[in-house]
Amino acid sequence: MNRTMDILFHNITRFFALFVLIVLIALFFVLFSEAKPAIDAFGLQFVTNSKWAPNMDIFGGYPAIYGSIVSTVIAMIIATPVAVGIAIFLSELAPPWLAATVGMAIELLAAIPSIIYGMWGLFYLAPLLRDIWGGNGLGLATAGVVLSIMILPFMAAITRDAMKTTPSILKESAYGMGATRWEVLKDVVIPYVKSGIIGSIILALGRAIGETMAVTFVMGNAHKIPNSIFKPATSIPVTLANEFTEADTDLYYSSLFYLALILLIISFTVIAIAKFWFLRNLQEQKI
Amino acid sequence: MLKKTVAALAVGVIASSAANISGAGASFPAPVYFDWAYMYQKESGNKVNYQSIGSGGGIKQISARTVNFGASDKPLKPRKLDKKRLYQFPAVIGSIVAAYNIPGIKDGALKIENRDLADIFLGKIKHWDDKRIAEDNPGLKLPHKEIVVCHRADGSGTTFNFSYFLSHISEEWADNVGIGKALDWPTGLGGKGNEGVSSLIAQNPYSIGYVEYAYKKKNGFSAAVLQTKSGKWVEATEKNFKAAAKYAKWSPKEHFYQILALQPGDNSYPIVAATFILLPREKSEMNKEVVKFFDFAFNKGDEDARKLGYIPLPTETKSMIRDYWREHGIY
Repeated sequence: MNRTMDILFHNITRFFALFVLIVLIALFFVLFSEAKPAIDAFGLQFVTNSKWAPNMDIFGGYPAIYGSIVSTVIAMIIATPVAVGIAIFLSELAPPWLAATVGMAIELLAAIPSIIYGMWGLFYLAPLLRDIWGGNGLGLATAGVVLSIMILPFMAAITRDAMKTTPSILKESAYGMGATRWEVLKDVVIPYVKSGIIGSIILALGRAIGETMAVTFVMGNAHKIPNSIFKPATSIPVTLANEFTEADTDLYYSSLFYLALILLIISFTVIAIAKFWFLRNLQEQKI
Repeated sequence: MLKKTVAALAVGVIASSAANISGAGASFPAPVYFDWAYMYQKESGNKVNYQSIGSGGGIKQISARTVNFGASDKPLKPRKLDKKRLYQFPAVIGSIVAAYNIPGIKDGALKIENRDLADIFLGKIKHWDDKRIAEDNPGLKLPHKEIVVCHRADGSGTTFNFSYFLSHISEEWADNVGIGKALDWPTGLGGKGNEGVSSLIAQNPYSIGYVEYAYKKKNGFSAAVLQTKSGKWVEATEKNFKAAAKYAKWSPKEHFYQILALQPGDNSYPIVAATFILLPREKSEMNKEVVKFFDFAFNKGDEDARKLGYIPLPTETKSMIRDYWREHGIY
C-alpha cells in the first residue's frame, strides 16, 4: 500500500515537473510555426528594419525591439542602486520597528497590479515629467521610470532577504577586527549576497521586459526609433497588446508572432546568460 | 412565496429560450448598438450581445462564424464578400472630427484647410502659429507651441476612413502613408481605441487628433472647421454631416460597398463614414433573427442614434436595405 503511494506520488510529481518542460517546448513550437510566414518573408532583416506599415504589408521589428531593451535598461539603471540601498538600510541599519514597517510597505507595493501603475503613470507622472523634461511626457524615459518603480519592490525584497542570510559570525568577526559599518557592508555583506542581488536583477529584468499594461499607457505607442528618450516609442509587448485583435492580414498576424518569438528569445537569453555565466563565475570566486 | 419564485424561474426559462444574438466588431458604432440592443430586449425579450472589439476583429470573427453578425467600419468589396460568403449592409452613419485641445480656442473657432490637416498629420506643420494655419484664422491668437498629434495605436475603421480622406486631399499622404486600418504614422502619439485617443487629447494641451463625433460630444472637445470637397469652409455639425450623407449612392448589387468621404455639395462635411453589418450567407434562420433586430432599430432607433451623435440612414436607404434582405430571403 505504502509502496503504491510512493510510486504514484513519484510519478505524479515527475509528470508535473516534465509538464513545465512540455509547455515551454510547445510554446516555442507554436510561436515559431505561427511566425513562419513572416520569417520566410522578412528573414533576419525583420530585426533591423524600422518601418512598420501594416497597410502596405511592410513589417520591421526594430522599433519595438529597441523600445523594449532601452526602456528596460533605463528601469534597471534607476532601480538597481535604489533597491540595493533600501535593502542595506532595512537589513543592516534600520531599527527593527522601522525595518518591519517599511518592509511591509515594500511587499505591499509588489502586490499592486501593473495596470494601476500604468494609470498612475499616465495621469500623474506623465504631466509631471512633461513639465520637467518638456515634450509630451510620454516615451521611453517615462516608461523606464514606471517600470523601475514596478520592479523596485521585487529587487529590494529579494536583496534584503539575501542580506539577512549573511552569517552574523562573519559580520561580528569583521566588527571585532575594528572594521567600520561601511567596511563591513562593502567587504563582507555585499560580496556575500552578490548572487542574491544578481538573482533579483534577473527576476526584475524578466518582469520589466515583458511588462505590457503599465507601459502601453506611457510609451506613446509610436513605431519609431526616437531621437531622444523623451520621445514616444513602442515595445514588443505594447505592440502585441495594441494590434493583435485587429491584425487582419496573414502577414500582419504572423509578424506579431515573430515579435513574440523574439521577446521570448530575448528573455530566454538574458536568463540563460545570467544563470550559466554570472552565477558560475560567482561560485568559482567563492571557492 | 414559493409560487412566486417558481413563476419567476419559469419566466426566466422562457426568456432565455428566446433568441440570443451575438455580434462583434467596430467600436465606432458600439454606443448606439448597445442602446438599440437595450431597447430591443425591452420590447421583444431577445438579447443582443455586442462586443466592441474593433472592425478587424469583427471581420475575423464573422469569417470564422463564431458570432451571428460582424460589424465593420471598413466595407468589404463584393469580391471579398463572395469569397467569405457574407452579406453586407450599412447600419448607421457617423462622422470623424479633427478634435483639438488648445487652451483659449473654442469649439469651431479654428479653421484648418484639408491640405494643412494632412500636413499636420505628416509632421510637416509643426507649430500652431505656422503661417499656413494663421492665414486662415486672422482673428485668432495662435500660440507658438508644438502640435501634439494623436492617432490610433490599434487597427481601426476610423483610421481607415480618416486616411482615405487624407489620401484624397494630399498626394504626399497617398504616396508615403496611404490608406489602411493601421498605418506607419509619420509623427505623434498613439492611443488604443477612440477612448484612448480621446484621453490623449484631453491630457495633452496643444494636441490634435481624430475621433468619432460621438466621442467628441461625450468629452466636450473642440472640433476644427474643415473644407468641403470644393474647398468651402464647413463646420463639424450634425446638419452638415447629414448634408453629406444624403449624397451617398448605395447599390444593393455591390452589397452597399461605398466610402462616404468627400461627398459633393456646399454643406457636405468631408469625413462621414457608414458602418456596416456582415452576415453569414448560409445561416438563414439566424440571419432572420439578426435582421429583425436591425429592422427594429431602423424603425425605432433613429432618435437615440441622433442623440448619441450618429446620423440615421435616410428612409430611402432603409427601404433599399429591406429589399436587399427580402431578395436574399432573410426578411
